[in-house]
Amino acid sequence: MSTDPLPQRFRVGDPVRVKPEFRPGHLRTPWYIRGKVGVVDGTIGNYWNPETSAEGGDGKPDRMVYHVCFKQTDLWPDYHGKNSDELIVDIQDHWLDAASMEEVKAGNLS
Amino acid sequence: MSSHEHGSEHSHDHDHDHAHGDDDLLAEVFEGGPPDDYEVLEIALRELLFDKGVITPAELKAKITEWDGKSPENGARLVARAWVDPDFKQRLKDDFYSAATELDIDTAGPKLVALESDDDVHHVFVCTLCSCYPRAVLGIPPEWYKSKEYRSRVVVDPRGVLEEFGTTLPDSVDVRVTDNTAENRYFIIPKRPEGTDGMSEEELAKLVTRDSIIGVTEALKPG
Repeated sequence: MSTDPLPQRFRVGDPVRVKPEFRPGHLRTPWYIRGKVGVVDGTIGNYWNPETSAEGGDGKPDRMVYHVCFKQTDLWPDYHGKNSDELIVDIQDHWLDAASMEEVKAGNLS
Repeated sequence: MSSHEHGSEHSHDHDHDHAHGDDDLLAEVFEGGPPDDYEVLEIALRELLFDKGVITPAELKAKITEWDGKSPENGARLVARAWVDPDFKQRLKDDFYSAATELDIDTAGPKLVALESDDDVHHVFVCTLCSCYPRAVLGIPPEWYKSKEYRSRVVVDPRGVLEEFGTTLPDSVDVRVTDNTAENRYFIIPKRPEGTDGMSEEELAKLVTRDSIIGVTEALKPG
């Protein structure tokens, strides 16, 4: 029996905040971007949820995986490099909340 | 077809690196000292799979040989073709799997995505969660790629890590780190070095190293 993928909630250019969740399980969202604001840089496609498939589930429904782009200076308070250096992480839809461009501009370190 | 077509020297040691018996496989595991828990687990699982007839030692050896055949040379050929053929480069970016088949390189498995470094952006990839790696085109990852040091430091201080690899980037270049966390595996097309205009694809491929495809170095300079 097939299950439709969850609707795609974000588009390229959308500001997003990674959920600041810290819970046990097979989580593929690196800790260092949780709670951080970035911008959707691309979409990869609909994939199963590894958090449930890793525990014997079927990983359904599939959901979008996004390339999310972060400014390095937003991630690390003493970053040694250019303000325009960036970091890209692939993140599943259910780890993201909508954010505003104001939040992106303000950065994460205020 | 015999694999001994390279004259009369019968150089067994490079043709048969992994065509040894079970005892050798165990010896390989114990080489670096007493086995750790995961090595013991691997041996136990392997022996159970053999005993129950799920796989045979010959099949395991064939798989090891297959993986040893996936070397960074495949990645280098793709980069060299991308450098000389802009249309191919675009196809590699659009659909890596299909483009690679043009060079008879099979990239079945996780989806590969090519990122191109140029005068403005230098790409480097890492897997901070484990050791995801574009194995289909680079083979087995180097130890340092799997180390906690590389995985933690390259996201925090990529320019510092690149310096340790001998890579100094001009201030005009942005660094973009990509963390392989989900379904894609990344592949960097390094910037084509200066002074390579007249070079053939084969010569160019020799300038493309494994490390330059990971992005911790640039491609070699000619000469």
